[in-house]
Amino acid sequence: MIENLDMLLNGTLETLYMSLTSVVFAYLLGLPLGVLVVSTAPHGIHPSRRLHTILGWIIDIGRSIPFIILIVDLFPLTRAIVGKIIGPTAAVVPLVVAATPFVARMVETSLEEVDQGVVEAARTMGATGWEIICKVLLPESVPSLLRGMSITTITLIGYSAMAGAIGSGGLGDIAIRYGMHRYDGAMMNITLVLIIVIVAVIQLGFNRTAARVDRRLR
Amino acid sequence: MIEIKNLSKHFDSASRVDALQNVNLTVEDGDICGIIGMSGAGKSTLLRCISMLETPTEGSIEIDGKDIFSLKGRELLELRRQMGVVFQGYNLLMQRTIYKNIAFPLELVKTPKQELEKRVGELLELVGLSDKAQMYPAQLSGGQRQRVAIARALASNPKVLLCDEPTSALDPLTTRSILKLLQQINRTLGVTILIITHEIGVVRSICNRVAVIEAGSIAEQGKTEQVFANPQSQAAKQLLDTAF
Repeated sequence: MIENLDMLLNGTLETLYMSLTSVVFAYLLGLPLGVLVVSTAPHGIHPSRRLHTILGWIIDIGRSIPFIILIVDLFPLTRAIVGKIIGPTAAVVPLVVAATPFVARMVETSLEEVDQGVVEAARTMGATGWEIICKVLLPESVPSLLRGMSITTITLIGYSAMAGAIGSGGLGDIAIRYGMHRYDGAMMNITLVLIIVIVAVIQLGFNRTAARVDRRLR
Repeated sequence: MIEIKNLSKHFDSASRVDALQNVNLTVEDGDICGIIGMSGAGKSTLLRCISMLETPTEGSIEIDGKDIFSLKGRELLELRRQMGVVFQGYNLLMQRTIYKNIAFPLELVKTPKQELEKRVGELLELVGLSDKAQMYPAQLSGGQRQRVAIARALASNPKVLLCDEPTSALDPLTTRSILKLLQQINRTLGVTILIITHEIGVVRSICNRVAVIEAGSIAEQGKTEQVFANPQSQAAKQLLDTAF
């Protein structure tokens, strides 16, 4: 029993480690990508049909590949970066690759929500494209970006469980090994409850933060 | 002085739209000039051309003898500072305080902190919102938000204030107070004001000159009292008629 508790605690920490690390890297890559997509759009700050289309393709292709196949496809890359293909750190590589285009689309949606009139106002005041991004688009969409981040984080927890199928560690791994391979229903359900709790806490945290920083609600 | 010469603007959407056709208009320094017309007459397009949010298809706009569409880089930025724009929908930054909204154009030109604080303080006082400095736009009424927008537009000490339907979303009482503020700004600061509106009352109460725009062309222009006393064009007659 103590052994199992230890394993579950470890699994929880691994799941958190995998998903949170991936969120950080996915935003480091996806945020600039999303900003670039918005900026190059036909009505954007710096329209470029060619770049906009190419970026759109890359993002859509990235989002089309089923995650479980992406993991296998990325084995060479994972090995090159991490040095191995199993374990939580190795799982971060496909997680980041899968989440980056997802984040880019989330960021795009958030920035598109900013009132075009506000952008025009900034332009009449002589704001440059860069200033519009840093002083208008990003700050104005912080609450929306945070909500997008909660969706990304929760999606990544789901993906990290899928990575359990190829031995990533974490709660998904435990669920598959005990539930699927050993028919241990109790163990599987415990991991399920743990994942539900993690998701609920993350959702609540993001919702509260987004509501607190949003100045439109008062 | 703003001189608009032979200005035309076409939009190529599904079918060609002639938003402006051969518009000629001169606004002298110190004027409060009203541009009045029905919805879709092209008045907003005209203002968007003057504020350089649209590029005209033909013609030119000169401010103090300089063609605004030929300017680049520093000169363009300098010109933008000489023009303040006020919008119907206020277009304030919703996540910034009132203070920070007014400071925004000053931040863009890297105004030193002390000077910025002093200037924002003056502007807050001018529009009567000193006590609201640390509030957010969502906490203010429409009239108060428009005051913030006016203060923001004045931050860079512009010579010209372009107002696009500044009172169209406001009730009559608030409209009057905003118009009074604009008049005060015109008189005390000597700012030339160009107002786009569909309300005849706005023109009557503060504009010394008026241009009536219809189907993308100026139908009539002149001193307000003259145009109102003796309208020549069908468009002007119609507008004056609906007021009663």
